[in-house]
Amino acid sequence: MLDNAKTVTDAKKRYSAGVMKYAQMGYWEPDYTPKDTDVIALFRITPQDGVDAVEAAAAVAGESSTATWTVVWTDRLTACDKYRAKAYRVDPVPNSEGEYFAYIAYDLDLFEGGSIANLTASIIGNVFGFKPLKALRLEDMRLPTAYVKTFQGPATGIVVERERLNVYGRPLLGATVKPKLGLSGRNYGRVVYEALKGGLDFTKDDENINSQPFMHWRDRFLYCMEAVNRASAATGEVKGTYLNVTAATMEEMYERAEFAKSLGSVIIMIDLVIGYTAIQSMAKWARDNDMILHLHRAGHSTYTRQRSHGVSFRVIAKWMRLAGVDHLHAGTVVGKLEGDPATTKGYYDIFREEYNPMALENGIFFDQDWASLNKMMPVASGGIHAGQMHQLLTYLGEDVVLQFGGGTIGHPHGIQAGATANRVALEAMVFARNAGRDIWNEGEDILRDAARTCTPLKQALDTWKDVTFDYASTDAPDFAPTPEVSM
Amino acid sequence: MRLRQGQFSFLPDLTDDDIRTQAQYAIDNGWAVSVEYTDDPHPRNSYWEMWGHPMFDNPDAAAVVFEVNECRKEHGSKYIRVLAFDASAGWESIRMSFIVNRPAEEPGFRVVRQEGEGRKIRYTIESYAMREPEGARYA
Repeated sequence: MLDNAKTVTDAKKRYSAGVMKYAQMGYWEPDYTPKDTDVIALFRITPQDGVDAVEAAAAVAGESSTATWTVVWTDRLTACDKYRAKAYRVDPVPNSEGEYFAYIAYDLDLFEGGSIANLTASIIGNVFGFKPLKALRLEDMRLPTAYVKTFQGPATGIVVERERLNVYGRPLLGATVKPKLGLSGRNYGRVVYEALKGGLDFTKDDENINSQPFMHWRDRFLYCMEAVNRASAATGEVKGTYLNVTAATMEEMYERAEFAKSLGSVIIMIDLVIGYTAIQSMAKWARDNDMILHLHRAGHSTYTRQRSHGVSFRVIAKWMRLAGVDHLHAGTVVGKLEGDPATTKGYYDIFREEYNPMALENGIFFDQDWASLNKMMPVASGGIHAGQMHQLLTYLGEDVVLQFGGGTIGHPHGIQAGATANRVALEAMVFARNAGRDIWNEGEDILRDAARTCTPLKQALDTWKDVTFDYASTDAPDFAPTPEVSM
Repeated sequence: MRLRQGQFSFLPDLTDDDIRTQAQYAIDNGWAVSVEYTDDPHPRNSYWEMWGHPMFDNPDAAAVVFEVNECRKEHGSKYIRVLAFDASAGWESIRMSFIVNRPAEEPGFRVVRQEGEGRKIRYTIESYAMREPEGARYA
């Protein structure tokens, strides 16, 4: 009788035709020490009732690398021990019965360099529909330096973006034009002009603004650039508007991007739904054309939000840093969209740090060296307003775009007033922090003081003073900070 | 108009004490503070004139305020800004930038439109002050 959880080493038994356990086929190696060059994936697995966790982990390793459902003799024509992914550790998830964390190592030669499409075809390919599992979630990945170095990384990066914009020492400010659908090009440009002149650095197309009957894309681009340049002259600042070039084909996206460039835009935008290869193509175009590339994460919540199944946003963030976008939405903590503080910190660290040490309390399971890849600018948007400035600065730090859409355009005295309120609140808060004040506790006083010389800020504070979005998160870390994990 | 470049251009003009606290924040972060001035405030003018080198190894923000005032004596009718440089790996650029002196009159910028084919327009932004030669602006 063969041991169910042990690799069969006798070649004759191992390769006799028929079906055997994945663990027996060599996809479970509890003694394996991952190599520095291995890609490591951490999956949360929920086996069907009666399916052993180790066998389930081995099956995930098998199905995401070389295996099929039955033994094949053609394995013996290859260095199959090398190409088999190896599940090497299975831990029960704290406080979640029936769920396990499975650590799986993949040899680097399994992947084509510089291709998110190839990486994901293995790691989140067939395996997610595998019947013996009730659910499967990709929680985190360790990307070896040798592999990171095969990617371009963010086209511009935080530092050069700041140099191009001539903005230092404070978060950038933005707003998404609202209503997101229905405005004509001329009216749309009006919103852009007012918001930029009032004090924002950026305005933004929304994810589903492409080229519709009420406003075709060229109209939008032309009116927006008139607005950008007028606002720039009115303030003496570099201004930008994220022109969304998302379209049905690469040819169409390139055409729109080229037009944006010819009008002098500093930034263009794409949506996550265009797919990984299209994103990488646009990142390359952006690097070649001195363009900042904003990515709107449209669609991500379909697979990032539920804890038991899908792909964690921290993994998407890692892939996007490799793929080469400059901006990506990453949550606000305090706004209307999903995101608890600890998990959101994990995302921000992935965007902005040179090196991420393991931090289980933030959902970061591995040390990750970014090998000097440029940093990505996180974007915080969705239900935030000037009255939360002390919280936003404390949670999110300085290298972030704070986007107040409703919080600018919904100001009772107009868009310019809304923009000015946000900018004054921001500058006052940064000033106070630098001057050594405790902004977390004194934030409201600081805002009230600043409002004394800024009526628009006073009006904003009065309008939104009680607005909060206090709901339980659906996606939180499984580990509370303890001395062992937080050292 | 009021030039809105820098971190604090939407706040009231900074006092010398404000400049000192902000410069001290930079120094405490290990950044070198420097003073620059210009009479060409175009948003893409990266290179303002340096009022001496960045003050490496200076522990006291009072020295920054002193240099700002020295610079004002000579260039008080121009824009003066304070910068903080961070030399650490992965940044190696500016961390802070704020205006500490302005001309009495700020005439602002004009937009020049060059109409091209279709409805395409090439935009240029020009400081009104730049119509005068260097040294004669804001005088």
